[in-house]
Amino acid sequence: MPFRYIDAITERYRVLGYAPYRWHQATDDPPWAAPRRALRDARVGLLSSSGAYALGQVAYHYKDDTSIRRIPSATPADEIRFSHITENYLVDPRRDPECILPLGALRALAAEGTIGAVADQVFSCMGGVYSQRRVREEVAPALLDAFREQRVDCALLVAM
Amino acid sequence: MCHQTVCLVARHLEAHGIPTLVVGSALDILEAGRAPRAVFVDYPLGHSTGKPFDRADQVGIVRAALAGFDAMTRPGTILRLPNAWDADGAWQADAMRADRGDTRQPRDESPQFQHPADRAAAVASGALAA
Repeated sequence: MPFRYIDAITERYRVLGYAPYRWHQATDDPPWAAPRRALRDARVGLLSSSGAYALGQVAYHYKDDTSIRRIPSATPADEIRFSHITENYLVDPRRDPECILPLGALRALAAEGTIGAVADQVFSCMGGVYSQRRVREEVAPALLDAFREQRVDCALLVAM
Repeated sequence: MCHQTVCLVARHLEAHGIPTLVVGSALDILEAGRAPRAVFVDYPLGHSTGKPFDRADQVGIVRAALAGFDAMTRPGTILRLPNAWDADGAWQADAMRADRGDTRQPRDESPQFQHPADRAAAVASGALAA
């Protein structure tokens, strides 16, 4: 039985005396874009919502940070860092970034021919943005521009 | 929260012509967010693409997830991978207990570098004003 996070978080906020958070509940069917290429020919993009940044970049802040980072896909694991409002989930990603930013896995899949290529740059955001309006108006359009610049055929989005 | 954000981003990208696939480990938030394509991994948060230092597990998850671009034809599909974190699901008992209090960090607006040296590296690269 998968863990029910919405119920658990709702109960936690109630115990703490916080106002309930209004979770996004999609009521319409998802949009759909058919892949233009088979996976073996596709240039694959990546987003991780873990607050990853590369050494030399500016870390995220904790208050609805809607910025994104462009991380070269060849960045070695020991130059990947993280900052995120829920630091408690970063214990293992800080030991091994592949837990949440699968750069090495994508490179391996490109080498074996499962995918065509990995985009030159992959992206991160700090997914703990409480304003859904700001996600729609700031984070999502910035990522659309970034993925278009990278000319990706499809995008793998890793949620933390 | 991350899963909600990623579902909103997925729908925006997809509406503008980029096929997306969300990999996540919070099934109920994926269900609520109705991303075009999603893959559920029943691991603790922070491990959507695998166990630490287990390259076979990591590559296997990403390979199985990406296959969804070729295989999924119905918007809103959520594929559940069979991977298990432990033998008895004991990790769930520890996850998000309501008596643990607020685990979030204070909502500070200054960059929260993982290491103090990262700040110097960001200044040296020109990304951050000294």
